[in-house]
Amino acid sequence: MQTSRAPGVAFIFKKALISALVALVLFSLMIGVRTEAGSDGQLTYWTRFGDLAMMVATVFGGSIIVELLRQWWGPVGTVRVVPAQVTSALSLAGRLVAPVLLIFTFLVPVIFYNERYILDLGILVLTYVMLGWGLNVVVGLAGLLDLGYVAFYAVGAYSYALLATNFGLSFWICLPLAGILAAFWGVLLGFPVLRLRGDYLAIVTLAFGEIIRLVLLNWQSVTGGPNGVSGIPRPTMFGIPLSPGDDGLAAKLGIEFSPTHRIVFLFYLILALALLTNWVTIRLRRLPIGRAWEALREDEVACRALGINTTTTKLTAFATGAMFGGLAGAFFATRQGFISPESFTFHESALVLAIVVLGGMGSQLGVALAALAMIGGFELFRGLDQYRMLVFGMAMVLLMIWRPRGLIGHRAPTVFLERNQAISSDLVKEGHG
Amino acid sequence: MDYFAQQLINGLVLGSIYGLIAIGYTMVYGIVGMINFAHGDIFMIGGFIALITFLILVSFGLTAIPLILLIVLLVSMAITALYGWTVERIAYRPLRHSFRLAPMLSAIGMSFVLTNYSQVAQGARVKPVPPIITGGYTLHEGAGGFVVQLSNIQIIVVITTVVLLALFTWLVSSTRLGRDMRACEQDQTMASLLGVDVDRTISMTFVIGAALAAVAGMMYLLYYGLVDFFMGFVAGIKAFTAAVLGGIGSLPGAMLGGLLIGLIETLWSAYFSVEYKDVAAFSILIVVLIFLPTGLLGRPEVEKV
Repeated sequence: MQTSRAPGVAFIFKKALISALVALVLFSLMIGVRTEAGSDGQLTYWTRFGDLAMMVATVFGGSIIVELLRQWWGPVGTVRVVPAQVTSALSLAGRLVAPVLLIFTFLVPVIFYNERYILDLGILVLTYVMLGWGLNVVVGLAGLLDLGYVAFYAVGAYSYALLATNFGLSFWICLPLAGILAAFWGVLLGFPVLRLRGDYLAIVTLAFGEIIRLVLLNWQSVTGGPNGVSGIPRPTMFGIPLSPGDDGLAAKLGIEFSPTHRIVFLFYLILALALLTNWVTIRLRRLPIGRAWEALREDEVACRALGINTTTTKLTAFATGAMFGGLAGAFFATRQGFISPESFTFHESALVLAIVVLGGMGSQLGVALAALAMIGGFELFRGLDQYRMLVFGMAMVLLMIWRPRGLIGHRAPTVFLERNQAISSDLVKEGHG
Repeated sequence: MDYFAQQLINGLVLGSIYGLIAIGYTMVYGIVGMINFAHGDIFMIGGFIALITFLILVSFGLTAIPLILLIVLLVSMAITALYGWTVERIAYRPLRHSFRLAPMLSAIGMSFVLTNYSQVAQGARVKPVPPIITGGYTLHEGAGGFVVQLSNIQIIVVITTVVLLALFTWLVSSTRLGRDMRACEQDQTMASLLGVDVDRTISMTFVIGAALAAVAGMMYLLYYGLVDFFMGFVAGIKAFTAAVLGGIGSLPGAMLGGLLIGLIETLWSAYFSVEYKDVAAFSILIVVLIFLPTGLLGRPEVEKV
């Protein structure tokens, strides 16, 4: 039984050999030869057969390991029996993760008060958690694949930056304005793409994101072009600046000023914004509009047949998602103090989308964990800057193959019938409904 | 008028390159129903391989330009086709029956892998090559001293495109492989029941698409004299726009769309602003999808339950 299923050593070896051969051809010129423009502008090249041999050997070895793992794991779809205790323990742990994580997040500035690096990283992670939750409304709930989410992030950031630097408006006035403007752009994008589905929608949103970035880059008189906008005012605690001066928060409270106050304030600010996003999303899911989003995700044709207005449903999803993106953008601008179009490339959109997909498309906790894993993972590769995106891309491909529905892949509908009901055959032709 | 004629020539040449890439998008979309997001990067890899092959051949002392070009073309097509095959095998085949967003996301991941792979392998700097094919013809000398020129390289690009397109149309319309491809496009299950090897046909589609993208990459290298690791992204989106404009799934449509996008982009740069040429191309994509979702030569798609 065991031997009949497992292919022999010869098979594995043959497969690895073919992989290595393919790798040899693929890498022969791209890795075996390195080109570089010399000082006189002439292109020169040198060979790197050592690297080439190493890569081919890696592919050979990797192929054997993958094949062995596949045999050990057994064919896909095998039902694995899990003891009942383990299942119940896991579900208990699953229920505890969210509150524990939330309490821990609240305590981060207390525990790591003196660790500036960890606080900064926490702010970054929370920004992506917020973006992920915002995009989750569009992708996870309404099922509209948006590859240009960064456009709304950019709209929010530039709205705040330009309003604050040109008109001197404060952060707390600009924050809702940035959200409204981003939502407006969401509707503007929503209109043309209403009739599109799936892949077409993805490409149009991608094009839209690029248009926004290119306009920001080229409309020099307003946006400052590639130089961006600098000197963006820092946020105040409802009017009280977090500065060392006499009217600063520290002086008013009678404590000694420390630059960490501002970081801690920013941390709680983004935490509040992210939790707002989460709360609104959870509430919306229980409203008819949230139900309509989920129905739209499952089957658009059925939705229309049931009388759901798909136009408003899609537009509200776009607008809501865009608004949260805009709020996050305004926060980003005030935190950085400087923004330029470089922060709003397609990579950002893909990163946020990867977070949503990895988080299981629709699961709030999943998105938060995915953001933590992604941004944390990015930090691990900080030293290897040029390999970062390479690893990111590979991880995306492997994750899709391994778990296409994300790490916490549940798409159970929020509403369903508790039990099957037998109804009279007068009502249903086939008998049981 | 002379200026316009010159821009028309430039636009047609650029459009030929876009058209060659667009064929890859349109074929894959027709058969598998997914946007091969990594196709633009396959085009970039093709350009790189052409560049490296060219450098090696020149350093070996080969001087006959036609011979060099032929070898570069064949090597670049062969290796890039293998890239196309590998990408399909690794990233798309396991997801054939997955949910609909999975192949798209996998393709985005693959696009990142290819872009950064060539950045790591070949460095981030632009690779310039000296002009390989020089000379040309003066078509018309205007009164203001403006000269309408048709360079040899432009002729080569257009001729190569026309020859490949003819070859390819023949392949799809009158060979066994072409018939299999059309069968898979209509109904994969039925095709496999009738003895068509669906997996192999899909692989071959990717291989052919990648080979055509390699030609486009080489033409780009010859025409502009440079390659860099990031060129696949924008060229890819524009070629996809071309495929959509022509009607996705239609081969003549892809070529027509490519020519139109090339013309629009060139004329926009010439008469309006160079900075916004990409904005113009992307806006066209959006406008086309609003008013003409099936493209110029596409068939309307019927939505079934």
